[in-house]
This record gives sequence, structure tokens and C-alpha cells, in this order.
Amino acid sequence: MTVEVSELRVHYRTLRGSVQALDGASMEVGDGAIMGVVGESGCGKSTLGKSLIRMDGRMRHVGGSVRLGGEELPIGDDRAMQAFRYHEVSLIPQYAMSALNPTRRIGRMIGELLESRGVRFSEAKRELTRRLELVGLDGDVLKRFPIELSGGMKQRVVLVLSTLRDPSLLIADEATSALDVANQRAVAEALVGFRDRGFVGAMLFISHDLALVAQIADTVTVMYAGRSAESAPASELLRRPRHPYTRMLLSAVPTVGATIDERRQEGIPGSPPSLLDPPTGCRFKDRCPLAFDQCETRPPFVEVAPGHRVACWKAE
Amino acid sequence: MLTLERVSKVYRVGTFGTQPLNAVRDVSLTVPPGAVVSLIGESGSGKSTIGRMVLRLTSVTSGTIAFDGRNVAGLNGHRARKEYYRHVQGVFQDPFSCFNPIFPVDRVFELLRGEYFAATPDTEWRASMRRSIERVSLDPGQVLGRYPHQLSGGQLQRLLIARALMLDIRLLVADEIISMLDASTRIDVLNLLGDLREEGLGILFVTHDLSLGTYVSDTTVILRRGRIAETGPTGEVFASPRHPYTRGLLASVPRMHRTWAEADAELDAETGPCPVHDSAGSEHPADPVEVGAGHFVGCFSNDTCPE
Ligand SMILES: Nc1ncnc2c1ncn2[C@@H]1O[C@H](COP(=O)(O)OP(=O)(O)OP(=O)(O)O)[C@@H](O)[C@H]1O
Ligand SMILES: Nc1ncnc2c1ncn2[C@@H]1O[C@H](COP(=O)(O)OP(=O)(O)OP(=O)(O)O)[C@@H](O)[C@H]1O
Ligand code: SF4
Ligand SMILES: [Mg+2]
Ligand SMILES: [Mg+2]
Repeated sequence: MTVEVSELRVHYRTLRGSVQALDGASMEVGDGAIMGVVGESGCGKSTLGKSLIRMDGRMRHVGGSVRLGGEELPIGDDRAMQAFRYHEVSLIPQYAMSALNPTRRIGRMIGELLESRGVRFSEAKRELTRRLELVGLDGDVLKRFPIELSGGMKQRVVLVLSTLRDPSLLIADEATSALDVANQRAVAEALVGFRDRGFVGAMLFISHDLALVAQIADTVTVMYAGRSAESAPASELLRRPRHPYTRMLLSAVPTVGATIDERRQEGIPGSPPSLLDPPTGCRFKDRCPLAFDQCETRPPFVEVAPGHRVACWKAE
Repeated sequence: MLTLERVSKVYRVGTFGTQPLNAVRDVSLTVPPGAVVSLIGESGSGKSTIGRMVLRLTSVTSGTIAFDGRNVAGLNGHRARKEYYRHVQGVFQDPFSCFNPIFPVDRVFELLRGEYFAATPDTEWRASMRRSIERVSLDPGQVLGRYPHQLSGGQLQRLLIARALMLDIRLLVADEIISMLDASTRIDVLNLLGDLREEGLGILFVTHDLSLGTYVSDTTVILRRGRIAETGPTGEVFASPRHPYTRGLLASVPRMHRTWAEADAELDAETGPCPVHDSAGSEHPADPVEVGAGHFVGCFSNDTCPE
């Protein structure tokens, strides 16, 4: 099913005021597509993931909507979301690996989780074992404790578990970031495999690793300070980025084999604005080399080519 | 400056601590002043264990680690050790865990002051603290007095480096210090390491990501299950990797404009025979063999090789 996020605004209540963590995030993920979501630390990626599943007590849905196959998700209504959670929309949270209960065997833990979501373990077990085998894990892992599995194995267990009900949308939040390159590749390829087999409909692949996103994503959305800056098919975004922020972000990634002595690459000067009291207009303007008068007004997120949207006054 | 000579580490694991685990095996390497040596390998290959042995956080089972020719394991007494840490410092992956959330970040500097600069007058101390914070491209006014959660991971990471720089530091052990950082902050920290190298600092740079290792490093050491699989000048190892393990790692590194499938296709090219088994009759039969100037390759079949 297609997922449409439009102008989503979700704020955190804090003692010092509200943190505008998501303040106009828009993206569209086609059925069966993997969308990479990238941006600097703190730009709202995890907040987006949490908003689509379960808002914690401090989060408030301020505006905008999320549609799944045309139907609006009641994201602000914790109880109404119950029907969607896990079955329709599933999340692999950031730091999921370290959240596994160390005192429970994997099988027992999965059983409890499934039962708590109204799934009979005995009925799901065959499919569970089949899928574990698909990602290269033998059924024996169910008898092991989390500490006995490597990071890559744990993350594959988490992947199988979170997609057992064939959700229409899977959100993988930094699902491979803690892994070494070999395991990272194995897990990323497992994600693609699950999509190919139809175990998940659409996928939001949240990551700070642009090169990894380039490997598996069909489309990419770049976020900046709670908003969508640019969204396009992956190859288009990587080859012809139009937003100044995307360009600077891409040029900060060392190309494999490049060395500082041959060509020194630079990060983006300055740092993202505070979301407690964000600047008006374009939120990137303080760091943008192209900023001009008009940037005092917020640039709309508009289509500049088929499937390619940019929020910048200077993007033609 | 820093020399490791056939260093091994055996942990005792299992219920009764009776099973030996060879975390590091016969590793020899040197870190000269003004050079970055990258330790690269999969999770569990022994990278951190080497860093921890250099920092004396864990003991050496056999072999020697020497700094300026002095065996590091033999540093006895508080004074000798304190002197060592004046020159050798470590920074680790998770910057948040090094800060106490209930104190402003300045506290990590105060602790250092108590140990090394007790006699330094206040104004002089503050001035040198500000200088070292500026050296890592941070604005002291923007970071001092703040709490850890008010700063980004990259800012905290740079503060920890700044703290190390307050000492007369000559060797820095940097263990996965950029893996938690986003792309923009990563390159800032890598550039900082490059600048420090120019100033003569030796750096032992631990990472599992080959592409980040190549950007700043002079020498690359590829570890596989505690053993050196391949080592040499970074450009050389990178341009013509000989060990199948190095080649596999390289193919797994995600690249912006090359798919994994394309990388695999290149991998299929002939690797050639194991150079170690080819060169019979050396003193240590399992030792890496020199295949080019300073470029050594270890045995391909690591596990079946004679001990
Ligand atoms: N519980 C909270 N209360 C107040 N502010 C919060 C809370 N959680 C997150 N924030 C703030 O909201 C913004 C977005 O945070 P979020 O975790 O979504 O970022 P992210 O893009 O996932 O970052 P990272 O790449 O570091 O995971 C940040 O400015 C963060 O400080
Ligand atoms: N304190 C310890 N006691 C027992 N075994 C240990 C201890 N520390 C590490 N090991 C083991 O030694 C081996 C090498 O671990 P080490 O942490 O050095 O690897 P690494 O290359 O740094 O991996 P990573 O990329 O995951 O950080 C692993 O098998 C690990 O399980
Ligand atoms: S709208 Fe203005 S400030 Fe924002 S990215 Fe475009 S040019 Fe830069
Ligand atoms: Mg996050
Ligand atoms: Mg380690």
C-alpha cells in the first residue's frame, strides 16, 4: 500500500516549551518501495518513525496527516492505533538490539511478544522458522539467549519478528548502524529480500549512512530540522541533488579510496538550529551559501521533476 | 614510538573460566609519530582488545608493547603510569557514556586538572582549556557550562579529544569514534585527526569501516580473528588487496555509486594462491609474508594453518 505523509507536525512538550521535532515532513512511499530517510542527527527521523507507531506521552500531533492505502492513520489516538500497530505498521526501533531481554531465550521472548499482540505462537511458529531460515538462521536460535548471538544475528531475528504479520509499512530505524560492514550488508540484503517476497509492503529505511541508503533504497527523502528538504528517486537524488543541503551532505561523505592528502572534504559549517525556537522561513538559511531575502519565507516543498520534490527557493 | 611485537591476548571464558579465547594472535605493528595506523576488521576481530592493551586497560598475554622502547606492561608505580597517560590517551565509541549527565561537560576537564594540573593557576588553566577546545574547532563559549544532552555526539566527541590534547599527548587511541556520528560530523572529526597528525600526533585508529579508515590513514592493518590478515601502506592495501578477507570486506563497504552486485563481480577475479603456503621454510610458518614494499599478507586459511 502507498504511504503518504503530508505536512506532518509532531512536537515534544518540555519544561522549556515545545520542541518542533517534526514540523512539516512530507513524503510518499509507493507500494513495495523502499524509501531511505536521511539527515543530520536530531533532524526528526526517529520522531517520524515513532509517530507512525506510537507517540509517547510527551509527543503531540499538531498537524498534518499520514495515509496508508488512502486511509488516514489515527496517529494521535493511541487506542485507535492499536489495530494498526505491528499488524499493519511495524517498527524496528533504533537500538532494538540492546533492548532484547537478556534473561529470556529468544523463542520464549518472541512467543510472549506475539501473544501480547494477539497472535498464537503455536500457529506462527512454522512461518517463523521458515523466515529465520531465509535470513540464514537455523531454528536453533530460538533456544539461545540474546548474549549468545552476534549483533548481526540479533538484528536478523528482530527483522523476522517485526515482519511476521506482513505489515503494509515497515520502519527500520538505524537497523544496521551498529553492525560491521559484513553484517550490515547481510541485514540490508535481508530487508530487500523481504520486500521482494512481499513480506512487507512499503519500507522507511532510516539511516545516517548515505552510501548504505544508496545500496537499497528506491527513493530517498532528506530531512532538515523537522522538515522534508528534498525527495527523489535514489539515483536521481545522488547524481543530481538540487537542495543546497543535500549537496553539502553528499559532499561530506568520503568517497571510498579518497584520502585527506589528495582531497580534503568538508562538513557542513555550523550546526542545525534549535527546534525549541527554530528560525522563521527556510530553516537552513543560517548555513546556506545561497541564502537571499526570499529565504525569510518558508519555501514550499514542490515538484521540480517527476517524483522529485525540493523545498528551496533557489532550486530550479 | 609505539611498537607491538608478537602481541597475543587470551581471555578465559566459559562457566569456569577454563576455555581459552584467542582474541589477539601474534600481532606486530608500529605507530610512528605523525602517522595514523588503522586497525580494521569485523566485529570480534580483536581491534578494541589491542587498543585496550595499549592503554593498559587489559593485560598482555604474550609479546611486548613498547612506547619509546619501554615495555608498557612493566610500568610500575603511580608516577610511571601517570607519566605514560600524559602521552597516551584513548577516546571511545560512545561519547555520551564518558559524561555524567548531571554535571556540565566542563567536569571532564576538572577531573583531569585534579590529576595533572593541580598547581596551575586558575586563569592559566582556563586559557589553556579554551585553547585546546578551539583546536578541535569548537567555540568554548558555546560548549562550556552546557550539559551533555545539550550537545551533539560530534561535539562531545571533540570535547573528549580536546581533553586529551590538554596533556602532552603523543599517541591517541581512537576506537570507533565516528561510527555513531552523522556524515557531516564524521568528516569534521576525521579532518581533525588529519590535522593532529600533521602536528606530529601518532594515532591508532580503530574502525570496522574500510572507507573511513583510508581517508586519514597511512598504514592499514586488517585483522581477522585476532590475526593480521593483511597490512601495508593504506594506498597499496586499498588499491591491490591480496587477502580474500580484505577483498570481501572491501566489497561489503557500501558505496554511493557502485552496487554490491557490481562489487561482487569484481571480486570474482582470481585471487591467486596463499602466499604464506607458497613460501615454505620461514621461521614462523604462520607469519604474514611480504608481497610488496611494506605490504604483508597473512595465511588465507587462517584456521587450518599450523600454530
Ligand atoms: N523526548 C523528547 N523530548 C524533547 N525533545 C526530544 C525528545 N526526543 C527527541 N527530541 C528532540 O527532537 C529532535 C528530533 O529528534 P529525533 O530523535 O527524531 O532525531 P533523529 O533524526 O532520529 O536523530 P539521530 O540521527 O541522532 O537518531 C531533536 O532535536 C531532539 O533533541
Ligand atoms: N573481557 C572479555 N572477556 C572475554 N572475552 C572478551 C572480552 N573482551 C573481548 N572479548 C572477546 O574477544 C574477542 C575480540 O573482541 P574485541 O572487542 O577486541 O573485538 P572488536 O574487533 O573490537 O569488535 P567490535 O567491532 O565488535 O568492537 C571477541 O571474541 C570478544 O568476544
Ligand atoms: S530556501 Fe534559501 S536558505 Fe533555504 S536552502 Fe534554498 S537558498 Fe538556501
Ligand atoms: Mg534517531
Ligand atoms: Mg571494538
